[in-house]
Amino acid sequence: MATCCSDGSENLKSVTGAKKLALVGNPNVGKSVLFNVLTGSYVTVSNYPGTSVEVSRGNAVIHGQAWQVIDTPGMYSIHTITEEERVAREILLHETPDIVLHVLDARNLERMLAMTLQLIEANLPVILIVNIMDEADRMGLTIDLKLLEQRLGIPVIGAATARKRGLDEIRAAISSYDSQPNGSRCFPYNRLLEHDISEVTGLMAGEYLLSHRSLAVLLLQQDEEITELVRHREGEGYAVLAEKVREKAFERRESFHLDLSLQRNSAVKKIIDGVFVPPEKRVITLSERLSNWSVRPLTGIPMLLVVLYFGLYKFVGEFGAGTVVDLLEKQLFVERINPWMVTVVKGLIPWEIIQELFVGEYGIITLGIRYAVGIILPIVATFFIFFSFLEDTGYFPRLALLVDRLFKHFGLTGRAVIPMVLGFGCDTMATMVTRTLETVRERIIATLLLALAIPCSAQLGVIIALLAKAPGALAVWSVFLLLIFILVGFLAARIMPGEAPMFYMELPPMRLPQLSNVLTKTYTRMQWYFLEILPLFVIASVLLWLGKITGFFATAVSAMTPVMASIGLPKEAAVAFIFGFFRRDYGAAGLYDLQTQGLLDARQLTVAAVTLTLFIPCVAQFLVMKKERGWKVAGAIGLFVSLLAFGSGYVLNQFLLLTGLL
Amino acid sequence: MKLSDNAEEILEALWIAVEESKLSALDPEGTGIALDDPAYRELTERALIEIRGGMVYFRPEGRDEGRMTIRRHRLAERLMMDVLNIRGEDGDYKACQFEHLLNEGVDVKICTMLNHPTTCPHGNPIPPGECCHQARADGDLGVVPLTEFKSGQEGEIAYIQTDDNKKMQKLMAMGVLPGNRIILTQAYPSYIFKVGYSEFAIDSNLAREIFVRK
Repeated sequence: MATCCSDGSENLKSVTGAKKLALVGNPNVGKSVLFNVLTGSYVTVSNYPGTSVEVSRGNAVIHGQAWQVIDTPGMYSIHTITEEERVAREILLHETPDIVLHVLDARNLERMLAMTLQLIEANLPVILIVNIMDEADRMGLTIDLKLLEQRLGIPVIGAATARKRGLDEIRAAISSYDSQPNGSRCFPYNRLLEHDISEVTGLMAGEYLLSHRSLAVLLLQQDEEITELVRHREGEGYAVLAEKVREKAFERRESFHLDLSLQRNSAVKKIIDGVFVPPEKRVITLSERLSNWSVRPLTGIPMLLVVLYFGLYKFVGEFGAGTVVDLLEKQLFVERINPWMVTVVKGLIPWEIIQELFVGEYGIITLGIRYAVGIILPIVATFFIFFSFLEDTGYFPRLALLVDRLFKHFGLTGRAVIPMVLGFGCDTMATMVTRTLETVRERIIATLLLALAIPCSAQLGVIIALLAKAPGALAVWSVFLLLIFILVGFLAARIMPGEAPMFYMELPPMRLPQLSNVLTKTYTRMQWYFLEILPLFVIASVLLWLGKITGFFATAVSAMTPVMASIGLPKEAAVAFIFGFFRRDYGAAGLYDLQTQGLLDARQLTVAAVTLTLFIPCVAQFLVMKKERGWKVAGAIGLFVSLLAFGSGYVLNQFLLLTGLL
Repeated sequence: MKLSDNAEEILEALWIAVEESKLSALDPEGTGIALDDPAYRELTERALIEIRGGMVYFRPEGRDEGRMTIRRHRLAERLMMDVLNIRGEDGDYKACQFEHLLNEGVDVKICTMLNHPTTCPHGNPIPPGECCHQARADGDLGVVPLTEFKSGQEGEIAYIQTDDNKKMQKLMAMGVLPGNRIILTQAYPSYIFKVGYSEFAIDSNLAREIFVRK
């Protein structure tokens, strides 16, 4: 059986330029860390399965040779189920990597080695990286890498990439990799399965990047994408092949997937016998204890409250939105930079209209930059520090399982907790992350709820600061938003067609985050955020200025006056809503100005805050919605959200007038 | 020697009358098997019943035999409903035919497969057999869904029962393969289990589809 893998397909090499190196493996095994180390660039790394949802590419020079390094989202098997897995497999199917680095978690060698076998079977040039060796050591596991290498017939390297262990060895293995598939081992299945496979491969004539054997198995697994690929490549011969596959798949319909997994599992068991030696007695580490506390409702809920109190309220709320905003916005901008800029600009530019553009009421500097840097930046920065820290501890998957039952009522699973929490930081980023949700239905519901009822940190900070001055307003605002969230979630779950989602999640070990990673991650998120918002703020300032000098602005404000009046707001509030089209936080900051001018009473303030919070997401979020969900869904959500926002504003206003609550 | 089908029916009816309706005897009128049926003679000859004044009474040996007969009948009902998914009158009818095959150890096998059920689909008790006592004494849960495990309990994955292929593959990718050891560490609000050195959380829908044995 020694030749069963080397059937046909050659590894076509990319002729020009850099060689290609693809990183693949299960979620949360440290592919991105390795990517960052090799390329010196940065993609977000966390202790959360499925952090990378897109392919990242970077360049590296290893021992004088240029490489293009490709980081892929986590995949459990070559036979793909989820969207991210498909994205990852695309690389293997179409990009002809010169080397495939399969990264796996040393502690879960038995489970993850099954994929290594699949990669070897597919005749891919694999190097195996047994990562997270440090934690395996701590648990008392011993792994005989030499023996493993011998049995697999491919290079095997032990590493702890997060601790910078084993990097030189990895580089050495890459540069000395012998690209000739030197009769790599084959792991035969039982006779029956081998027979079926050979019958299928016997009918395949096309040239593929993956071995015929591996494709035959995927065909038998009824992998749609592979079926499509083979149909395309085989041309006329396909009909016979398809018939054979259909016949075999039908014969084995009862348990093909199970049989295959069991066979692979038994092959793996043979390989790791004597390689993977567990300790006599299982060591229970502190992190495991902490993990246990965090997932029991009795201790988990208090823990959550502590996290929210210190993380969100104290750190983001009081420190970020309070102390730092005060320092930057009031003391730096209002008292120093703005007056200084006003003098400078007035001295340089004689025309009042142009002066207005920079330092006027809606000036790029006095308004745009002040908002962006003075108010939004500190809030978002502190939020991202908090979020990144929490993410790296491995707390989120635990939170997810804690809230799963609750989220099921909204047609979501616990998995949606990540986009929801991230939404409190930045809804745009969160909308992007909704793609990690399993079904289209979940994604749409999550997108809707993010667009509607989750205020982002910048907005949250401003609104809380705003409402804190009117006692009771904050309570009304929170309760009303919560009600809307529950109501819309509940209805969406009932109205939206589609199957009920299922929840499963791997729990990564709890870890103490590395400060450097938290800071780098915060930094890259900030960078992304800032590059995205600063231009919008400047454009908004320019448009508002244009609107003002052309009189269009006044027209728009008066056009919106009846709408404002219907929800009991003065016409000046229209400005805040027009701001809101650009960014919700911008709009909220607009309210802040109105309130400082004493134009709003407590009731109006609350109604305005609620309407604005529910109101259309910022331009950036809308664009991401369109990109992720398509025009139709994004448009429908946008329309629904706008109507609901003003509708709710109206209802709340009437309610408050009637009851005289505020 | 095996009893005739009719004889078994009579024993069942008698057992229900005596044990469950607390009567002292059975009136053959209600059984649909007239007194001149050879089955009565068969039973009398074996000293399982006696007939006095047109009424049927148990003899001591007959009571045990009746108990086992009713047990087989109700196990058959469970089998029809739980495993073969045949319900209603059709199920009852099939069970009536099937029960007569459940002797010579077949009943023990079925009972173990059904995990020693205690009631029939109509809610009537199934008299426990030797295998049920044995299982209870050993604390053997048999094959149960993961939802029946207590937190901290360890077992072996027996099989996965799901109609959804993708779900099955997801579970298998997580290492949920028949034969692997599994420890349930928590059952609420979600199920948390360990396989090897990995920990997973799943909802009750998935947990219901993983069958484990202790």
